[in-house]
Amino acid sequence: MAKPAQINPSSPAMEVRTPPQEGSPSKLAAPAKWVDDRIGLAKLLGNIRKIFPDHWSFLLGEIALYSFVILLITGIFLTIWFKPSMTEVEYAGTYQLMRGVPMSEAFASTLSLSFDIRGGLLVRQIHHWAAMLFVAAMTAHMLRVFFTGAFRKPRELNWLIGVGLLSIGLIEGFAGYSLPDDLLSGTGLRFVDGLVRSIPLIGTWAEFFVFGGEFPGDLIIPRLYMVHILLVPGLLLGLISAHMALLVYHKHTQWPGPGRTQRNIQGYPFFPIYVAKAGGFFFIVFAVTILMGAFMQINPVWIFGPYNPAQVTAGSQPDWYMGFVEGAIRIMPNWEWHLWGTTWSWNIFLPGVGLMGLLFTSLALYPFIEAWITGDTSEHHLLDRPRNAPVRTGLGVAGMAAYGMFWLSGGNDILATQFHVSLNAVTYFMRAAVFVVPVLAFIVTKRICLSLQRADRDRVLHGSESGVIVRSPDGGYSEAHQPLSQGEAYTLTRHPQPAALVPNGKKVGRLRQRLSHWYAAGQVPKPTAAEIAEAAHHAAVEDGHDAPALEGGDSGDTP
Amino acid sequence: MSTDIEKAHPEHGELTPDSPVPDPGVEEHVPRFTDVDQAAADRAYRQIVGMLALVPVLVIGFLVVYFAVPRDAELMVFGANLKMQNTLLGLTAGLAALLIGVSAIQWARVLMSDEEIVGERHGAASPPEARERVLADLETGIEGSSIRRRRLIGSGMAGALGLMVLPAVVSLADLGPWPTPAVRAETIEKTIWAEGVHLVNDVTYRRLKADEIEVGQLVNAEPETLQDLEGTAYQQAKAKAAIIIVRMDPNSIRIPESRQDWQVNGILCYSKICTHVGCPISLWEQQTHHLLCPCHQSTFDLGNSGVVVFGPAARSLPQLPITTDADGYLVARSDFTVPVGPSFFERDSSKDFVEGDR
Repeated sequence: MAKPAQINPSSPAMEVRTPPQEGSPSKLAAPAKWVDDRIGLAKLLGNIRKIFPDHWSFLLGEIALYSFVILLITGIFLTIWFKPSMTEVEYAGTYQLMRGVPMSEAFASTLSLSFDIRGGLLVRQIHHWAAMLFVAAMTAHMLRVFFTGAFRKPRELNWLIGVGLLSIGLIEGFAGYSLPDDLLSGTGLRFVDGLVRSIPLIGTWAEFFVFGGEFPGDLIIPRLYMVHILLVPGLLLGLISAHMALLVYHKHTQWPGPGRTQRNIQGYPFFPIYVAKAGGFFFIVFAVTILMGAFMQINPVWIFGPYNPAQVTAGSQPDWYMGFVEGAIRIMPNWEWHLWGTTWSWNIFLPGVGLMGLLFTSLALYPFIEAWITGDTSEHHLLDRPRNAPVRTGLGVAGMAAYGMFWLSGGNDILATQFHVSLNAVTYFMRAAVFVVPVLAFIVTKRICLSLQRADRDRVLHGSESGVIVRSPDGGYSEAHQPLSQGEAYTLTRHPQPAALVPNGKKVGRLRQRLSHWYAAGQVPKPTAAEIAEAAHHAAVEDGHDAPALEGGDSGDTP
Repeated sequence: MSTDIEKAHPEHGELTPDSPVPDPGVEEHVPRFTDVDQAAADRAYRQIVGMLALVPVLVIGFLVVYFAVPRDAELMVFGANLKMQNTLLGLTAGLAALLIGVSAIQWARVLMSDEEIVGERHGAASPPEARERVLADLETGIEGSSIRRRRLIGSGMAGALGLMVLPAVVSLADLGPWPTPAVRAETIEKTIWAEGVHLVNDVTYRRLKADEIEVGQLVNAEPETLQDLEGTAYQQAKAKAAIIIVRMDPNSIRIPESRQDWQVNGILCYSKICTHVGCPISLWEQQTHHLLCPCHQSTFDLGNSGVVVFGPAARSLPQLPITTDADGYLVARSDFTVPVGPSFFERDSSKDFVEGDR
């Protein structure tokens, strides 16, 4: 909870008044007994005063959860009118500009939802915005968990569930994007057709099986509808339940601070604080998506028109979360193999299937790789500040940089037209940037982390800047520092620093030893108790020395 | 194991040193203004109730908009044309949800008790007794099942269950037609182009006369036979048969010997379907004779038999051999000589046209 920066301990208003104690038994006893007699509710509910720690960064996962709930609610509304059929009809609805145009029933019913059903357009737009937010919040939540080391033992399995949620979240979003059968979603499906076809050995078979024959056929939308409203949401629901159950079992991680240890958890009770806060936050997330649906147009399919395999628009883009794959596809050199009368389309398979596989495999493996490098087998419930794990933070930022470069490549045509540069030059630049920029990002991030460690060390040893400039009798200027509170000094120094593996009787392979040296190298040592005591003594001496100079300073300065 | 919790990095030779600063313990609880000032607490109470009281007003507003605002009414806000019903429904519902959320959080922040609680944390592992009990139960159960003595039941059951995967998987074999060589020859390796099929404008279906196409012009076209098809067959045929016709100055382009009779006075005809992932290609650079795909920017040189000059596509754009009929209208001489669209595994596409072929 927000705390005032400073309080006046002598204020009479600070006396705590306690409310009168109620002696009467709970009014809820009778109905509670009725339910408990039948289903043992007290045992089921367990601890409704379960403690959760408070920090803004813990809200990111909540946003993902709430946008999923919003997607379920708005999705049910949409299924009431949407017809997942590719049967061709002639449009005869209220949108005049498309009267008489042949289109699929899926597209016609999307137009009907947008123009004839009151609130239909609003719900469609809320659904689409919530989908964008769902993936974005999952991504941000995953980055929070990564950079604070919350994936470490005992939470590795929950990290894996999270990686699963993110990857099938992308599939879910793409399936939904394809349903309206407008020009843009059909172009997306055309791309998927090419992507599936590029799989070595089984590509053509996979294409015929997915589409029920040749592209586009008349089965893909009913099939994707089943995937979008039944199969994947069911998987998501199950995985989210497991994710939450493990969260409750492990108890939430907490930031280091006074009184917080690996053995305790400090925060506020679920009932009533988080019922109100988290419940209220659900409504705020819902409100934001509703207001986005009201004011920010998204996917105006009536402008794009029905899918036509002979048409496409310049600047066609998938939703943001597929942008990195789109970018990789665009900048990939045109490599094809021809072996024994066959064609291997690496130019599509590697950036499409390969890149997604690489991303999710490396995400899934990271906790185990880091634990192997550090040899760390202990449980962690206190979070790392990103600066205190410089290599991990550097790797994370390098990953973000690579993702960002691929993502930017997905708009290479827009970059070229907006900045008046050659499209070819942008593409060649990006081919190098996806490899070079992550390396630079790693180096820069690691240096920043080490600098921040140094700043922490200085802060613990010399205190915080007071903003008061002191002029000494011999004309020098210096800034007076104020000593830190014990709580802050403790917070800044309690973290364990990564150390290189020492072969302690056990055999440690050379690669592992090297990696662990690399992981631990360059850390700024934490101040020791002796150094802190010495710095405090030094400051005290200086203060005594400076004090008279401060008093005489003003008058002595005037000419 | 719970005993591991504080024992960080046991393999490092030395335990991680503790903090040089002693833990001062949980920070003292600082009461909020609303805890100590009755007037402030009452004010906060009024604010929260006030926010909740606005919700019914907004809900009534929503209902009024739903029933009273016509579906096609528009609203001009700062020059932007908004659909009035959509905007006002969203505005009322969104603000109502926002007020519920903000009031609940404000209630928790300023009025609910904000004493931090400290709870104990235990390791994720079960206590050793529980593990041993479960292991013992497992042993008892296994003994009771007699599986150790009658081993064939175990392996038989595993094998039977494993085999049941087969019917489940095989039942999916009808997901689509099998792309056997014969099926491929009738589907992805074939289009509806054939000898004598007229080239028609893709919107009006009007036949195209060779001498009406100017140098530098590009026409999107389809086979005349496309209009005989409907529904799925139409979409599938269109997804392969779409073409572009360009006319270039014959002196400024290279036409290989084998394709001299595929064109009419510099009028050349190419598949519109990109050989990368199948987008319809349509961005025409008149001066360079380059055709650029808007999806992934593969660029083909139509002045040089459609070879790839840039981008991720690996195969030249297939060219359709054309000629004119007795009245001077453009007609196809045959189907495409190679399959259109993205490459596929079963066919070696390296024998398609490449730079330098004659």
